[in-house]
Amino acid sequence: MTSGAWFRRGWITPRNVVVAAILTFVVLLPVYTSGTGNYFLLSLFTRIVILAMAASTLNLILGYGGMVSFGHAAYVGIGGYVVGILAHEGITTGFLQWPLALIASGVFGLVVGALSLRTRGVYFIMITLAFAQMIYYVALALDRYGGDDGMTIYTRSQFAGLIDLSQKTVFYYLCVVLLLGTIYLVHRLANSRFGLVIQGSRSNDRRMRAIGFPTFRYRLTCFVIAGMLCGLSGALLATHTDFISPAMMHWTRSGDLIVMVVLGGMASVFGPLIGAVALLVLEEVLSGITEYWQIILGPLLLLVVLFARGGVDGILLHWHDHYRSASHGIGNLLARMRRG
Amino acid sequence: MPRTRVRPLAGPSTGSGGASSNPQRYGSTKRCLGLLGHPDARVTTVGGTMLLFVEQCLNGLQFGLLLFLLAAGLTLVFGIMDLVNLAHGSLYMVGAYFAATFTALTGSFIGGVLLALVATCLVGMAVEVIAMRRLYGRDHLDHVLGTFGLILFFNEAVRLIWGPAGMNLTLPSWLNTSIEILPGVPYSSYRFSIIVVALAVALFLYMLVMRTRIGMLIRAGASNREMVSALGVNIKLLYTLVFGLGAALAGLAGLMQAAILTAQIGMGENILILAFVVIIIGGIGSIRGAFVASILVGLIDTVGRAFLPDIFKLVLSQAAASTAGPAVSSMLIYLLMTIVLVVRPEGLFPVSNK
Amino acid sequence: MVQELQIGGTDALLQIEGLTKRFGGVVASENVTLDVRAGELHAIIGPNGAGKTTLIGQLTGELRPDAGRIRFDGEDITAMPTFQRSLLGLARSFQITSLFLDVTALDNVALAVQANAGHSFHFWRDARSEAELREPARAALARVGLGQRADVMAANLSHGEHRLLEFAMALANKPRMLLLDEPMAGLGPEESARMVEMLRELKGELPVLLIEHDMEAVFALADRITVLVYGRVIASDVPAKIRANEEVRQAYLGEQEAVHG
Repeated sequence: MTSGAWFRRGWITPRNVVVAAILTFVVLLPVYTSGTGNYFLLSLFTRIVILAMAASTLNLILGYGGMVSFGHAAYVGIGGYVVGILAHEGITTGFLQWPLALIASGVFGLVVGALSLRTRGVYFIMITLAFAQMIYYVALALDRYGGDDGMTIYTRSQFAGLIDLSQKTVFYYLCVVLLLGTIYLVHRLANSRFGLVIQGSRSNDRRMRAIGFPTFRYRLTCFVIAGMLCGLSGALLATHTDFISPAMMHWTRSGDLIVMVVLGGMASVFGPLIGAVALLVLEEVLSGITEYWQIILGPLLLLVVLFARGGVDGILLHWHDHYRSASHGIGNLLARMRRG
Repeated sequence: MPRTRVRPLAGPSTGSGGASSNPQRYGSTKRCLGLLGHPDARVTTVGGTMLLFVEQCLNGLQFGLLLFLLAAGLTLVFGIMDLVNLAHGSLYMVGAYFAATFTALTGSFIGGVLLALVATCLVGMAVEVIAMRRLYGRDHLDHVLGTFGLILFFNEAVRLIWGPAGMNLTLPSWLNTSIEILPGVPYSSYRFSIIVVALAVALFLYMLVMRTRIGMLIRAGASNREMVSALGVNIKLLYTLVFGLGAALAGLAGLMQAAILTAQIGMGENILILAFVVIIIGGIGSIRGAFVASILVGLIDTVGRAFLPDIFKLVLSQAAASTAGPAVSSMLIYLLMTIVLVVRPEGLFPVSNK
Repeated sequence: MVQELQIGGTDALLQIEGLTKRFGGVVASENVTLDVRAGELHAIIGPNGAGKTTLIGQLTGELRPDAGRIRFDGEDITAMPTFQRSLLGLARSFQITSLFLDVTALDNVALAVQANAGHSFHFWRDARSEAELREPARAALARVGLGQRADVMAANLSHGEHRLLEFAMALANKPRMLLLDEPMAGLGPEESARMVEMLRELKGELPVLLIEHDMEAVFALADRITVLVYGRVIASDVPAKIRANEEVRQAYLGEQEAVHG
């Protein structure tokens, strides 16, 4: 759908320009930071890239599947805690840590999905939120692993010397590669037969069942895939901060992820990246202006919901129409000048 | 710990999982014992355990009723306006801060509480007129996002006005005692008064919804919006009033809680999610369901936290029990929710005409 | 098709026996028994509130009957979930247009094709470039006369085109029988005529259970007509006999006639 519309509009759109600019910036950033030693910027963007990856997985179920999961941060936490707990118990090999992070997230997704996907609408929102809160409280109660203070990870995952995660730039590029991989995967999934079932079910689930699709099992599969990939982003986040704490999966983090998906434009593959950059950079900028920056951000979100539902994506599309008519006008002007 | 400068959106209060991270646990065993002036040693005797059990059941009942006040407003607003209001917890917080302020200003507990209820109700109605009204009829994702924005706003506004430290709501001496509710069973008179007040409110709600003209309109509004408008009722005003009522209920719950803990930024968020659990168990839109589920959740959570770790110690090793006990007891109500979802996906008291 | 066949006879593809469904105290289907034979167009008529929608709901599996049985091609499908009935070949069209409005007409029909092309756990290949889904979909669109409109967003089609698209989706669903829920609803006279023509072409090829308000169309097309009133079958016969049936005239057709004469 979105990709189809893309082609029709041609490649040079404000949206694609923004995406290209962000991608170029993201890829070239370490060149700049290693030159200037501005590691704050690298750290900020490592975080943005990781959260963009988490948001991309949410986009798969929320944007494409219409499943408004308000518990997506739980997978970030589970992925992070698997890595942290294993490291604490002396298992530092990433070949075990990361697959287990995926599996644990997947199992949680399977249980939550099986229970919540039988319900609709607001029930689904509340149930996903409640189960995420349950995991949050379990993490709080894990005194052995820091309880509510969290716990430092002293050794980053080892990959048999193949890749050294303790080098900031290397780790950053690993995150970028995994983000791009996730985005590509979401793109392929969304346009495959599987993805069309998921999107059809978002649009009209009753009809999907009437034409012969057992939609529940497809939606559940989608939910589990999204959860697993999000668990991987959690492993990355824990590695990035060398720290795990229940705050990783605080429910407001789930809210942040939804905001990113909506800001970036639902069901568009690069949307979550745009949304993550927009939200986190906006936070940085606002918190530079005032200590009470959330008093601006909160109403801003409400305004986006009320008046700019398409998010940044919608605004860019809107610009595009202006730009097209403007370029049309300039073309006419040039033609007239040539003639006359 | 190399954390970046970027703060989590929740702000300083909830971001690092600090002291405010678990207000629902306010009824922890030690705290209650302390409040009542009983030595911990009492627990070791069988009679002591029985006493503690009775006490914890009462605490559970009291917590459940507090939850009910919150859940009732939520479920009313959802049932009638079809609106998911995450910012309901913010009204709970605002009520607590108002009560602390007005009590200090007027020097009267009752006066401060009444003023706080009126003020919270007004804030609620203002929110309805300014923001919520524009969200009716939009999809639930819009509700979630818009009210999420409101939470950020309220948390920050409270921090701006009252500062980050939190506020105490001081009880008058006549509430800060204990009474003997059964022969030989003393109980905090403040907690007991919470039970009485909440039960009175529940009765009031029941009478309001089932016996009055406004209640009829509320019930009709839930099932047939057009009909109510066609009758010439000012549906906009009705919605604003219902929202204000929900806000006052939330504020009442918040201020009663604030006297046990303190008024804190973000205090309404975790308890709001608990209120969601109550609504899921009780059935969306059902006041009766909210009542039954609130008490169930309050009892199971409080009693579970008080006794499960000790029970675990009987069957598990000390180390395993001290890890698993708190973790499992914090899961209990979610397990209850899971069972209800499996057996009755629509909740215990489904509202059929939705 | 004038001879009376035993209900549940061997050539009945769909057999409904004693179907009963209550909502609270209201009986929406009361002991409904009817069948649809191979190659037959069987119409169900009845005034509003006769229980036609409830009957369709039970046939498609969206409602569970309180009593009675439904068999399709000899197999008991009473408790079968909706999607499985569809996969068996019981295709339906919706009374209120129920399409995927955010994609093209072709995408809509291609989904119906995909539903019958095995499971959809294919995660990688671009489904919109799969000829085995697109070609049959184009054929179905062409058959209902929407060939030129294949790449138009469903939201941008007219109401009449929506009805045709519904029909194309049912055809693309590899049906062995069609359940059409008021396919003429909301159509203008010209569009109705076109729909009737299409149904006529289809007759003999596929058995059809047609629920329709348009009496002219029903009497023109149907081999048999079942009349439903208050959830009960009050008559089931060939059109000529239904037209002559006194009970039907009183209960349904002749409300005005009863007043006027």
